[in-house]
Amino acid sequence: MAQSTGDQHSTVEQQAELETGFPGGVVPPEQGNQPPTKAVEGSSTWSLIDRIGLAFCWFLGLLFCAIAAAIVIYLLIQGIQYLKLDQLTTPAASGFTEGETGGFSDAFIGTLILGVAVGLWHGLWVWLVEYGRPRPLARMTELTIEAIAGIPSIVLALFGTVIFTSTALGFLSRTSEGVVFGRSFFAASSMLALEALPLVVASTREGLNAIPRHVREASYAVGKTKAATTRRILLPTARPQIATGGMLGLGRIIGDTAIILVLLGATQNFAPVEGAPFPLDYLRGAGTSLTNFVYEASPTGNLNQPEKAYAAAFVLLMLVLALNAGTDLVHRRAKRVGTWSH
Amino acid sequence: MEEEFQPEYGPRWSDQRVEWMLGALVLAMVALLLALIVTVFVNGWPSFAHNGLSWFGPGGNVDDQLSEISQSAETGAGYVYTFHAWPLIWSTILICGGAVVLSLFTALFISVFLIEFAPTWMSNILRPVVRFLASVPSVIYGLLGVLVLVPFIGNHLITEEQKSSVAGIISLTGYSLMAAVLILTVMIAPLMVSIFTDALASVKAGWLEGSLALGVNRWRTIWKIGVRAARPAIVAGTVLALARAIGESVMLAMISGSTAFAPNPADGLIFIYEPSRPLAPTIVKSIDQLSSPPAKATLFAIAAFLLFSAAMFSLVGWATRRAMSRYGAP
Repeated sequence: MAQSTGDQHSTVEQQAELETGFPGGVVPPEQGNQPPTKAVEGSSTWSLIDRIGLAFCWFLGLLFCAIAAAIVIYLLIQGIQYLKLDQLTTPAASGFTEGETGGFSDAFIGTLILGVAVGLWHGLWVWLVEYGRPRPLARMTELTIEAIAGIPSIVLALFGTVIFTSTALGFLSRTSEGVVFGRSFFAASSMLALEALPLVVASTREGLNAIPRHVREASYAVGKTKAATTRRILLPTARPQIATGGMLGLGRIIGDTAIILVLLGATQNFAPVEGAPFPLDYLRGAGTSLTNFVYEASPTGNLNQPEKAYAAAFVLLMLVLALNAGTDLVHRRAKRVGTWSH
Repeated sequence: MEEEFQPEYGPRWSDQRVEWMLGALVLAMVALLLALIVTVFVNGWPSFAHNGLSWFGPGGNVDDQLSEISQSAETGAGYVYTFHAWPLIWSTILICGGAVVLSLFTALFISVFLIEFAPTWMSNILRPVVRFLASVPSVIYGLLGVLVLVPFIGNHLITEEQKSSVAGIISLTGYSLMAAVLILTVMIAPLMVSIFTDALASVKAGWLEGSLALGVNRWRTIWKIGVRAARPAIVAGTVLALARAIGESVMLAMISGSTAFAPNPADGLIFIYEPSRPLAPTIVKSIDQLSSPPAKATLFAIAAFLLFSAAMFSLVGWATRRAMSRYGAP
C-alpha cells in the first residue's frame, strides 16, 4: 500500500488493516458499491444471535440425520440378530414359537382390494378438476376430502365397527348365531382405503392441474368429448403423479395400526371362514399384519416377545424403505420426462 | 383402441353418463362422511346425556370408572355411565401441546436451514431423511420408545429420590410424558417441515432480494420476510400436525403409560416423568369392551370429542389462513 500522506488516508489505511486483521471485526456494512458477496455478509452484518441461530440450524439438521440413522442402524442390528428366515414362512403357533406369516399376505391382500378403491378415488378428482359442475357440490367435495384427512384413524376404526357389525353387511365377515363378528380383511381394507384417500387425491389433482389448458383445448378441437379427453389424454399424462399418490397411500396403509387392531386383529393367525370359496374365505376372516404383530409382541402387548417384535419391525421398515425408494424413482422419472414443465 | 371404431353418435363413454357416474361417486363420498359424523355422535350420545357437562370435568379415577362402566352390562342392575374425562383430556393437551410447540420450533429452523443455508450436499441428505422420518410407521416409533427410550428415562434420568417422593401415588418407571412428547415430536416435525419448506420456497424472490438489497443479512431476511410471508402455510402445517398428534393412538398407547393420571406442572419438574394416558390410546386400550353397550357409548363419546376437536382445529386453521393470506402471502 502507498504511504499515508494525510489524516484522511491514514484512517482509511487503518480501517483496511483492521479489516484484514480481524475479519469478524466491527466494520460498517457500507463498503462502497461492490455487490454484497458472501464473505462480506458472513463477516460483518451477522450479529452474534444470528450466528447462534445458524449454528442451531446446523445442529437440528444433523440431529435429524442422526435420529434417522440411529433408527435404521439400530433396527438393522436387532433385526438381523433376531430375524430368521423360517419366521417369514411358518405361521404363528400357540405356545412358545411365534412366527409372523400373516404380515405379508395381509399387506398384499389389503393392497389388492385397495387397488380397486384407489381407482375410485382417482375418479373423484377427475370429476372435481374436469367437471366440478354444480359449484357448491365441488366445494363440498373439497371440504369432504379435507375433513377426511383430519379424521383420526381410531375414529375411522370405531366407525368401521359400527358399519361392519350391522347384519346387512354380515356377508363381509364371520357370522355366528346372528351376531356379526365385524373383523375381516374386507372391513379393515375398506377403512384403510378411506384413510389413504386424501393422499391419493391430492397427488392426482396435482398431476391433472399441471397439464396446461391448451392440451385439453387441442383435444376438444378435434372433436373429442370431455370423457374421451380425460381417459385418453389427461390420465395417461398424469400417470406419474397418480402412481406417486398410490404409493404414498400404500405407505400409509402398511404403517397403520389402529384400524388393523380394531377391525382385523385379535389373532396372530389367519382365521378363514369355513364354507366360503377360496379367496373369499380369507377375505371374510380375521387376520393379522406386521404392524399388529409388532404391537402385540412389544412389552405393552399381549405376547411380550421383544426379539420377535424387533424382527417384524425390521421387515416392516424394509418394506417402507422400498416403498420410499419406489416413490422417489417414479417421481424423479416424472420430473425428467416432464412433458408439461410449465 | 376400440373407441376409435365406435360410431360418432353413440360413444360408449358418453360424456353425460361419465359425469353422472362420477357425480354419484362424489355424492356417495359426502354421504359417507355425514354418516360417519352422525354415527359417532349418535352412538356416543348416551354417555354425554348421562353426564352432562361433568363429562369434561375432573372427578374420581377414570380407570375405575371405565371398568365399572364395562362391568355394569353384566350385573343386570342397569347401565352405569358415570365418566369424568378430565385426566385424559389434560394428558392430551399436555402431550400434544408439548409436541406441537417443540416441533413447530424444530421444523421452522430446519426448513429455514433447508431453503436458505444448507449446502447442496447437506440438503441432499436432509430431504430424504425428513421424508423417511415421516414415513416410519408409528408402531416402530412405539417399539423403539418402549424398548430404548423408556428404559433409558427410567434408569438414568429419574433419580431414586424422585421415585420415592411420589411412591404412594404413582410409580415412575420411565413410561412418561417426556418420552411421549419427544417421540411424538420426531413423528410430526417432518410433516411440518415438508409443508413449511414448500411455503418458504414459494415466497416471491423479489421480496427477499429487496430486503437483501437494503443490506439486511440473509438470516434476518429469511426470518423477517420469508417466514412472515409464509405464515398462512405455517398455520396450516401446525394445525395439520396438531390433528395428527391428537389422533395418534398406538404409539402413545405403548409409551405414555397405561394409567389415567393427570400430571400436574405445579408439582415441579417431576411432572414430565409422570405417566398419563391421552384420549385416543384410551380407545385402543379398552377396545375389547366394545361389546358392552355402556362402554361402547363411552368410547364413542371419546371418539366424538376427538372428531369435534380435530374439526375445530381445521376450522380455526382455515380461518386464520384466510385472514392472513389477505395480505398478499403466497
